[in-house]
Amino acid sequence: METFWFIAIGFMLTMYVILDGFDLGAGIVHLIAAKSDDERRSILNAIGPVWDGNEVWLLAAGGTLYFAFPLLYASSFSGFYLPLMMVLWLLMLRAIGIEFRHHIHHPLWKSFWDVVFSIASILLTIFLGAALGNVVRGVPLNTDGYFFEPLWTTFTVVPEAGILDWFTLLMGLVAFATLTAHGANYIAMKTSGKLLKRSRAISRIAAWGVLATSLLALIAVSTIRPQIWHPYSAHPWGFIFPLIGLAGLGGMFYFHQKTSDTAAFLSSTAFIAGMAASTAFGLYPNLLPASTSPEYSLTIFNTAAGEYGLKVGLVWWIIGISLTCLYFAYLFYSFRGKIKLPAQGEGY
Amino acid sequence: MEDAFIINRLQFAFTIMFHYIFPQLTMGLGLLIVVLKGLALWKGDQRYNESAKFWAKIFAVNFAMGVVTGIPMEFQFGTNWAKFSVFAGGVIGQTLAMEGVFAFFLESSFLGLFLFGEKKLGQVGHFISAVFVFLGSWLSGYLIVATNAWMQHPVAYSTAADGSVQLASFWGLLLNPWAGWQYAHTMLGSVITAAFVMSAVGAYYLLANRNETHGKIFLRVGVIAGLIASVFSAFPTGDIQGKNVAKHQPVTLAAMEGLFETKRGAELVLIGQPDMDKLKIDNPLHIPRMLSFLTYNRWKAEVKGLDAFPRENWPDNIPLLYYAYHIMVGLGTIFIAIMAAAAFLLWRRKLYSTRWLLWILMLAVPFPYIANTTGWMTADLGRQPWLVYGLMRTVDGISPTVSAGNSLFTLIGFMGMYTLLGLLFLFLVLKTVFQGPGSAHGEAVN
Repeated sequence: METFWFIAIGFMLTMYVILDGFDLGAGIVHLIAAKSDDERRSILNAIGPVWDGNEVWLLAAGGTLYFAFPLLYASSFSGFYLPLMMVLWLLMLRAIGIEFRHHIHHPLWKSFWDVVFSIASILLTIFLGAALGNVVRGVPLNTDGYFFEPLWTTFTVVPEAGILDWFTLLMGLVAFATLTAHGANYIAMKTSGKLLKRSRAISRIAAWGVLATSLLALIAVSTIRPQIWHPYSAHPWGFIFPLIGLAGLGGMFYFHQKTSDTAAFLSSTAFIAGMAASTAFGLYPNLLPASTSPEYSLTIFNTAAGEYGLKVGLVWWIIGISLTCLYFAYLFYSFRGKIKLPAQGEGY
Repeated sequence: MEDAFIINRLQFAFTIMFHYIFPQLTMGLGLLIVVLKGLALWKGDQRYNESAKFWAKIFAVNFAMGVVTGIPMEFQFGTNWAKFSVFAGGVIGQTLAMEGVFAFFLESSFLGLFLFGEKKLGQVGHFISAVFVFLGSWLSGYLIVATNAWMQHPVAYSTAADGSVQLASFWGLLLNPWAGWQYAHTMLGSVITAAFVMSAVGAYYLLANRNETHGKIFLRVGVIAGLIASVFSAFPTGDIQGKNVAKHQPVTLAAMEGLFETKRGAELVLIGQPDMDKLKIDNPLHIPRMLSFLTYNRWKAEVKGLDAFPRENWPDNIPLLYYAYHIMVGLGTIFIAIMAAAAFLLWRRKLYSTRWLLWILMLAVPFPYIANTTGWMTADLGRQPWLVYGLMRTVDGISPTVSAGNSLFTLIGFMGMYTLLGLLFLFLVLKTVFQGPGSAHGEAVN
């Protein structure tokens, strides 16, 4: 039962990174890929109908985490207090950047929100990567299952490390490179003309960034948390996940050559899904490893809610997520194809 | 620890009061947009469609504000109230997770379709997407009210070995007897807000001699919805909600009403100031025996006063609770009067030329927001000193590792951020109102 919820939440978080990932990525490349107002509106229209729904995957994953593993939710949210609050403020700024830009047709107003949108997207991406880094590295959990991390201490991976150290920052860079490529692939798929060409160019460069940062991260993880490989030696079939990721990365390079934008986007999707699943497989059954002592680690077993609640949840979660997949399929189907830029005043 | 407790409470109070400015309009306006869109389809009248489109613009800005200010609420359960989350997550995790999985996905996907897809979906499809946005927001409302209802009146749980509570009956939680009436009352409150906002814009257009055809539609829809919602919010929903409080939280009822001594034939205090040193109401204006009648339908029934309960179980801020409750009830009564007068003149076909009432309707906009806010203050100050009524004290719910300094840092951050958001929101909504429906910019939309 606990394992089911581990997979369910892993699935929701992966969906979040894939879906909100491309609109975060669109925000990262917004200022460089799009130069004119029309091009910027194209980017915003490409994500306009979907970004809010994409972000809901994070909220719903958070809600499900709260429901299935309340102790983990309480411990990690209070322990990561400051960075989470900053993530909230960035989410707010980014959302109003998207929503408020098109209300006033004045170049200063628009430039201001373009910059807010882009900076918030960049910082959010790095923070999300760093958050994953913290989970992989482990945090100083005490006997009651709580901890508190400052934003930074010495930027080294020591027992009393902060949220940001060289390792978590490296993970932030992995996220940054990955979502840049992913977002640029999405924009290339949805647009045409100069914007399409610039997005392709960005995506090509970013793919090299993904390769370089991922290799560094792989070495770093193996030194900092070699335990992440234990599940793989016990169950070698788990290697399928890194292989999917690897195939995705290869696909990105291959389809850039072929200038097939949709296939490149699907490749970056596969890379994200493969890497997320690999991390989850390596962590299982831990949810938040302790850097203090392994027996303080929060696992799916010592943080789970009551048996009855988890069983009932099974029913509504499966129904709810199936419905959600239907809405999303319909939503993306309705807005398929290249963006046709609407007149000023409509959309963005 | 004491400092951290107070700052955590202030932060939650501040962020939720600011947040609830938006969902109350979202839920009410979601319904009214469905009405306008339905009228447009039914009558084949373009003016209704333009009206729906005008309100959709305001809805979109308002919805975005509701989303961005809503995320901190979910986060704060974990960040600032970790002990509470560990204690109660096994029960209220159900409703909170269901809100994400059912309501938020429904709302956000169909809002994308509603705002961007009119041409692609056709008129009927567009109407259906409006209905789904409305359903999503009302479902979200139910799951949140059910969560609050469980904190007011915990049911359907069992206590686990580690002291936490766990769900014992799914339907027991969802059909908590407290939740149904609280929900009806809350939703009617949100329709009142939307109705007053819509009427106010209509009244402004008529007073300013502009967009008069649309102004009349706004007034008609706003006044009719406003009258129905104001009446039902007082009776039966407000009345039954009061009786529920009397039954399950008698000490809260005594504090709300400012009743310090237990008595038969208790009077209803209309106005007066609670004096917590002398334990009496100063300068009271009251109706004899009315409280007994309202609570138990008998003029001579005994109503328990604060003296019947140990002081450690009294709500910890009785004057504020008392004022919040009296403001809510007072405003609710005034709303019925305003909307009844407006509906009467609408029926006599005189509303559009009755300038004094149009002025009142235009200037009344802030008051439903105040009434909704003070209503929630009544519910949640009345619940004190409990976080979960009778099970967990509020002081025991905070995060053990977050220091007062860190909480204050984020509280100040939220205050700054929300000042900015609030100003931008007002600016954009007023701009949309001044631009008007079906205007030059509106033409480009078609």
